[in-house]
Amino acid sequence: METPTVNDLSISIATENGTGSASANNILFKAIFKMGIPCSSKNMFPSNIQGLPTWYQIRANAAGYMARKDTIDVIVMFNDATAAKDIYRVRDGGIILYDDSTPLAANLKRDGVQYMGVPADNLVQKLVPASPLRTKQRNMVYVGALAYLFGIDMETIKAVLEDTFGKKPAVIESNLACIQAGFDTVKEKGYTQNIGRLVPIPNGNKGKIITEGNTACALGAIYGGVSVVSWYPITPSSSLAEALEYYLPRLRRKDGKATYAIVQAEDEIAAAGMVTGAGWAGARAMTSTSGPGVSLMNEMLGLAYFTEIPGVFFIIQRGGPSTGLPTRTQQADILLMYYASHGDTRHIILFPHDMRSCFDLARRSFDFAERFQTPVFVAIDLDLGMNLWSSEPLKLEKEPFDRGKLLSAEQLEQLEKQGKKFRRYFDADGDGIPYRTIPGNPNRKAAYFTRGSGHDSDARYSEDEKDYKETLDRLRRKFDTAREHVPKPIIETNEGVKTGVICFGSSYEPVREARDRLRASGLKTDHLLLRALPLTEESKGFLTAHDVVYLVEQNRDAQMASIFKEEWPDLAAKIVSVLIYDGLPVTTLEVVRQITQHQAKARTGEGKWQERRLTASI
Amino acid sequence: MAGEKTNRVNLTEKDYEGGVSTMCRGCGHDAISASVMRAFFESSIDPRKVIKLSGIGCSSKTPAYFLGQSFGFNGVHGRMSALATGANIANHSLIPIGVSGDGDTAAIGLGNFCHMVRRNINLTYIIENNGVYGLTKGQFSATADKGSVMKGGKINDIPAIDICELAIILGATYVARSFSGDRKQLAPLIQGSLAHKGTAILDVISPCVTFNNHEGSTKSLKYVKGHLDPIHDIDFIPSYENIEVDYDKGTDQAVKLHDGSRIILHKLSDNYDPTSRMQALQTIHAAVAEGKFLTGLIYYDPNRLEFAEELNLGETPLAELGQDVLQPPAELLDKINADFMK
Repeated sequence: METPTVNDLSISIATENGTGSASANNILFKAIFKMGIPCSSKNMFPSNIQGLPTWYQIRANAAGYMARKDTIDVIVMFNDATAAKDIYRVRDGGIILYDDSTPLAANLKRDGVQYMGVPADNLVQKLVPASPLRTKQRNMVYVGALAYLFGIDMETIKAVLEDTFGKKPAVIESNLACIQAGFDTVKEKGYTQNIGRLVPIPNGNKGKIITEGNTACALGAIYGGVSVVSWYPITPSSSLAEALEYYLPRLRRKDGKATYAIVQAEDEIAAAGMVTGAGWAGARAMTSTSGPGVSLMNEMLGLAYFTEIPGVFFIIQRGGPSTGLPTRTQQADILLMYYASHGDTRHIILFPHDMRSCFDLARRSFDFAERFQTPVFVAIDLDLGMNLWSSEPLKLEKEPFDRGKLLSAEQLEQLEKQGKKFRRYFDADGDGIPYRTIPGNPNRKAAYFTRGSGHDSDARYSEDEKDYKETLDRLRRKFDTAREHVPKPIIETNEGVKTGVICFGSSYEPVREARDRLRASGLKTDHLLLRALPLTEESKGFLTAHDVVYLVEQNRDAQMASIFKEEWPDLAAKIVSVLIYDGLPVTTLEVVRQITQHQAKARTGEGKWQERRLTASI
Repeated sequence: MAGEKTNRVNLTEKDYEGGVSTMCRGCGHDAISASVMRAFFESSIDPRKVIKLSGIGCSSKTPAYFLGQSFGFNGVHGRMSALATGANIANHSLIPIGVSGDGDTAAIGLGNFCHMVRRNINLTYIIENNGVYGLTKGQFSATADKGSVMKGGKINDIPAIDICELAIILGATYVARSFSGDRKQLAPLIQGSLAHKGTAILDVISPCVTFNNHEGSTKSLKYVKGHLDPIHDIDFIPSYENIEVDYDKGTDQAVKLHDGSRIILHKLSDNYDPTSRMQALQTIHAAVAEGKFLTGLIYYDPNRLEFAEELNLGETPLAELGQDVLQPPAELLDKINADFMK
């Protein structure tokens, strides 16, 4: 008999998509959040509208670990199609909650777990008069059952329903009836369990918010002054554009007029084209897309890079290549973004890792784009973008927009008085960043001709080999200048520790927990959270200071590691890649497993070479 | 310069010139550039208020050869429509002119072109149409007529895209066709498009002197001059010598040209109503059936809102809004945070 844990529980809910389970899952998640218990949710859904399996995993954890839990304590088995597999997803000693309106099939029985039946179908037959709603309301039954089993009181549930459906009392009432029925049935059946309990933590989540990265990015863009948005629908980025469509009209109107434009483009090529056209004309412009969209945008990204036009590209990564896994998560477009388009190109990429940094880096991305007159990527993934995360509130740092080296008509006049001339692509300051003007500037010397073909420092057409090389070299110089300005990594070091871990984006949370677990088992690690490309000296220093550095990333080919190794070949041997690329949010266990496996092999000296080849190949 | 004619914004025709053209000698595209300069001068538009955009190809090089005081953007192949849309949204107070070719518009960029037309952004869009890929030395384009023969004898077996017909169907609000060498018709048509708020499509037949100017091509100088069917008052001016015509409304006039070919001029009769979409489409089809090019203002819809109005944009262009307008107050973020706590 195990001792029940307190506020440490992972629940996986298996349903069919299109049955309205999202609503039930949200209510359950928000109820746990309202109790003050730190919690996270991962939605593993299909690329489909109706009828395919979906799993929603909730983790409640008093210590505040948010990563997807590697073991499942409770499975809600509400999808017949996956039931045969789902019964083995729950850990030994765990609970299987199922609909016992019909008897459990023989093949769905296994030993070592506790079965609890709740007749959801039968209950909604009685409780929900409108038959089309029954499928949806059936899901509310398991909310009630879990509430009873783990100690969520009905008052909390009611409060969540009111928050969610405030102006629709009929909806609250019908949902509540089904939840209550689930609660009462389990109670009447006298089910008990010894797995764990959820106990309210007074003020436990006080001041915390729940949101998803796409929303936080959209709000960041709005506070960053975006005025032109062009996008093409693609999972998992659409909800970012839709958040803009929701919030812009509410936040950004002046005298009844819009201070923004949102255009749903005909494809990603047009979306990138509109961003580039708008950036050229002086607006803060953005798009949001995913890997396939970046593939299509490549030519336009090269144009913007070579003609030096600002624009922000939010990339919510999913599983590739090709259509790949549209509703799963990856960090496999790092190289696609970094080197986007033909010829010698390199791009700035920002990597938020939580809700606050989604907001903050989204806001600042427009400053970077204008400062460096180039496309800037803000790269997250489906896990950060579409899952609900509990977070500190979004925070606006009050600082003036950085419009970069943008010359007004008056400044051009001053320049002329000093006997100087405006030269669009001339490196006047030695930092690779030229001065720019935007259309509409009334100074007669302001205009220049932008072209994606060869040009000289004065923006004239040129096929001259010196002009061409000079332009390429200056662009590289500009990229190197960016190193000094992009967000620096966040580094945690400890005296005498010789093992380092580097990660970025959504790997941060599982890595944080993995490092704690490793420490508990005797391996102390330092940490570097990478927040941008190009790489900065801090990363080099981190590599230099450690014997072994684990670089955690969510792709097969160690894409980020290849950038590190290209940058500092002398330090390449220190990097050991931890690669997780099954399309699901990273679990702590997998990070721990790969690191300890490498450690063990390094200790015995066995298989060292093979291990390197397996995990660190590029 | 003393004594030189100035327009209402006190500029001379010289102020509308651009760089030296690198087109082939006698190229129709240069004649179009001349009409563009004339139109902007006559309309007294300050070049500093103009933006010029283009795609890739011979035609797309030409914005460098007119209006040197205007900002220009020579983008990527087929995407001028998207760049222009972005620029127009960012600053709708500017007067945009786009120059594209038949490959740029009707082949690689057709999809984006269609959607730009649907949105009715404010833009004068000139297609310098020669039915051939000049810059890559003579491949067929999507506007090459069925049955036309390419250099080397290859016959085009698939039907051409009629850009004007397509534009009308997609909701363009100003659709015209002209001939590169016909400045008296073309310049006023461009002036009309500059005054129009919305997408103006000008399909300008512009014979390629190098790769498409041979007997088998329906867009050679000789063929085109023999098959023009203008619906408006025009004078036909070959690049080398002026031919004057004078005839009444609603009548046709055959004109013998210097190379011996004939064209039939059809002066727009009072019956032709360019605001009727049905009639516009019928007239195009009738001309195609007779193997003639219909020229003039074919369709005009003054009532549809331009895209910037549909987007409810204010008078100040988006590109000129400051942080005070673009960044919402911090208190609103506090409210949003509070919503997220529920």
